[in-house]
Order: sequence, then structure tokens, then C-alpha cells
Amino acid sequence: MTVARFWRRLKNLYNLIGTHCEKCGEYHYPPRNLCPKCRRSSRTVPFKFKGLGEVVTYTIIHSSTKDFEKQTPYILAIIKLNEGPHLTSQVICDHKDIHIGMKVRSAFRKLGEESDKGMLYYGTKFVPLVRG
Amino acid sequence: MKSGIVSYGAYIPRYRIKIEEIAKVWGDNPNSIIDGLMVYEKSVPDMDEDTITIAVEAARNAVNRANVNPEKIGAVFTGSESHPYAVKPTSTIVAEAIGATPNLTAADFEFACKAGTAAMQACVGMTESDMIELGLAIGADVSQGAPGDALEYTAAAGGVAYIIGKENILAKIESTYSFTTDTPDFWRREGKPYPEHGGRFTGEPGYFKHVTSAARGLMERMGTKPSDYKYAIFHQPNGKFPTRVAKMLGFSGEQIKPGLVVSRLGNTYSGSCMMGLAATLDIAKPGDRIFMTAFGSGAGSDAFSFSVTDRIDETRNGAPSVEELLANPIYVDYATYAKHKGKIKL
Repeated sequence: MTVARFWRRLKNLYNLIGTHCEKCGEYHYPPRNLCPKCRRSSRTVPFKFKGLGEVVTYTIIHSSTKDFEKQTPYILAIIKLNEGPHLTSQVICDHKDIHIGMKVRSAFRKLGEESDKGMLYYGTKFVPLVRG
Repeated sequence: MKSGIVSYGAYIPRYRIKIEEIAKVWGDNPNSIIDGLMVYEKSVPDMDEDTITIAVEAARNAVNRANVNPEKIGAVFTGSESHPYAVKPTSTIVAEAIGATPNLTAADFEFACKAGTAAMQACVGMTESDMIELGLAIGADVSQGAPGDALEYTAAAGGVAYIIGKENILAKIESTYSFTTDTPDFWRREGKPYPEHGGRFTGEPGYFKHVTSAARGLMERMGTKPSDYKYAIFHQPNGKFPTRVAKMLGFSGEQIKPGLVVSRLGNTYSGSCMMGLAATLDIAKPGDRIFMTAFGSGAGSDAFSFSVTDRIDETRNGAPSVEELLANPIYVDYATYAKHKGKIKL
């Protein structure tokens, strides 16, 4: 990821800021300029998700791309946010605890780094929800 | 002084390593180390956790506890001796992640283990002078201890954030006083991965001289005595130093007990004393007075006197307590710990 590309997405990575269509009520993450349902008549506004959701499905990655090979094996899951949108994210927990339907919350974690002298990338991952 | 703590939040990584596991690798006697340090285990950061992620999680807990509007925060200061960047502030990332940008000032502080309390004092100055409405002071570290060094038994990870302001305070800051000298008891040179220290020299001319001088200085200025306080917290690089310094100053074991979290956590450096204060606030009642003295090598001490208000009960359950954060740890072996801490160079 280049510095400029990370910087453009930074607000949406640090916090789950997507969009809400005031016409049809749908929520989107990542943010959309147009609601795919309402098209030209959509009224999208920025929306900050609470960061609570549940695991829809998951896999455990043993063979990763170079950027993530120090983290293997790690859990990659599809998370359904309470407001509706689905997103793909790492879930940080003991591998014996992960299950479909697991309640999770967003957490601020390091996503990676450009190189040992390059910039650090931070953003959202998910951890088990301990407090309700 | 009208300023006080509006909210606070802590964060501790889930992983722990036991003293026995470290001692096994280096051929040390674990019992003599546990007896000497009064530390049984220490926290270990995850592979993707560092001072920035810990500071953000602590700050978010502080914002959530008292439902603070982050746009009212006019200053973010993060104290640490393990900022991930040598040049590029931790505090700007924290400010962005909690939604406090862009109308604020931000800077990173460094003063060994007391950078976080120095940040608290800076926030107090700015709120007292009405430069800002709210200030966020953080102490966070993923502290370093060289493999095989005595520091490795205690160098832990964790962070605490305090929001300072004048309104809706849960604890009033009655006064603060500092004692600072040029004492080379502990240091880390630019570009070096691990700190060096003066061994036993860190004790008397470092920790004990500065903590007792700051604590006595504050009590003399305020005309208070140890028995005026329900609780006390002293910087906890291990369990022995704060226990001994409390006795030297006339505080009892009962007064320091709630804040003495080092035995199960290790030394979180810039977060150390502030973590003890958070654990104490977790159980404090309105009207309780709390005494705190932080210490940072190099060397200096910041002493504070707090008075808990009725607001404490309203904010009690807004964020995880230190006890909740210490619960259900995941224990790792030395090899996993070394991998998490980046001690294995590939």
C-alpha cells in the first residue's frame, strides 16, 4: 500500500466509517458515493459503525502472502456488522474459540508495514466481545 | 485548582508470560526472582500490538467511560519510551482514531516511566489557563528488556489514558508537585533496541530519592500527611520498591494494596503508576483522597493529590476495569514471547 493510498483510506480504517442511504435506509462499508439500490436518487451520508457484529464464516490461513507470513496461522473471517454490512477482517483470538455466530467487537491493531524503514499501517481488526 | 479527571481508560494485552518460564531459559532461580521482585507474571503484546494500538484502545475506553465528546479534546499528549516512530507522533494517530482531529494540539512525551504523568501535568496547565476545555494524557508502553537482562522479568505492555478538564470531574486534582535532577540511572541511546541501566544505582539515588522528595514536597506544600489519604500509588517497576517507599513515607500496606497491580502485570513503564491509579479509581468511593507519585529514570518524580467526587459512581461501568483487563490471560512460552516482542530477527 502506498503512503497516499493509506492516507486516503485512513479515516475508514481507523474507525468503521461507511455510508448510510437516507432514502432506503441501507448501510454500506466501505463507503459508497451512490447507494447501489437507489442509484441516482440515493442520499448517502457518512456513518460511523459501532464496531459490533458477529462471525458469518471464517477460515484459518496457513499459507499467506509475504506481508502476513509472520502472522500465520491467522483467522480471516467475514463479519456481519450489527447495522447490516459484511466485511472481511482478521479475528484475533485463540483458534479453538472461533466459531460461526461468535460475537465480536472492533479493535485498533497494526495492519502491516511498508518495510522496516517504511511507514506503519494501522486499522481495524476484530476481537471476541467480552462486555455486552 | 479546579481541574480534575473527567474520565479514564486502561488497556492491557491478553497475553502473559510467567517468571518461571523466563527463568528457565536463562538458568535463574525463579523463586528468588519472584521473592526479590514480587512479580509473578507480566503482560506481553500481541504480534500486531504496539504503543500506538495500546494508546488508542486506552483512549477509546476513556472516551467511552464518561461518554466524552472527543471533538472537545483540545490536546493529546502521549508519554512513552517505546513510540513506534522516532519521528512521527503517536499522538496524531491517537487523536485521529478517537475522532478528536483537527482542532487540537498534539505531541509525544518521553521521560522514562513518568512521561504519562508529565502529560497529565501539561493538560492540567492548559485546562487551568482555559487554553483548552479537555486534554487527553496517555501513558503507554511495550517496554523493552534485553534477553537475559534483569529488566526482562518485568518489562511489560499496557497503557492508561486520562481526560483532564474542569467540569464533570470524577476526581479533583488538589495539587501536583515535581522533583527533578540529572541522574543517569537508566537510558537508551538513539537507535538501540534495549535500554541500559545502572543496576543497584537505580535504587537509592534514583527511585527512592526522587519519589520520597516529590511525595514529601507535595505533602509539605499542602499540609497533608499519609493518614489523610485512603489510598496511595507509587511507581511500580517491581513490587518491592513501592512497598518499601510507602513504608518510608508512612503509608500502610492497605493504602497501596488496590493500586499495586505490578505482581500480575509487570512494569508498564509510562503506564505503570497511572495503571495503579486506574485500579484504585475502579474501587474508590466519593470523598476518598488518593495520593500518587510517579517516577521516571533520568530522573524525576511527579506527585499528585486527588479527591474523588460523586461522579465516580456514574462512570464506574462505562469501560473495562483494570481487574477485568487482567482477567482470563493467555499464557505463552518464551519462544512465543520472543516472537511477539520481535526479539527473533529473521
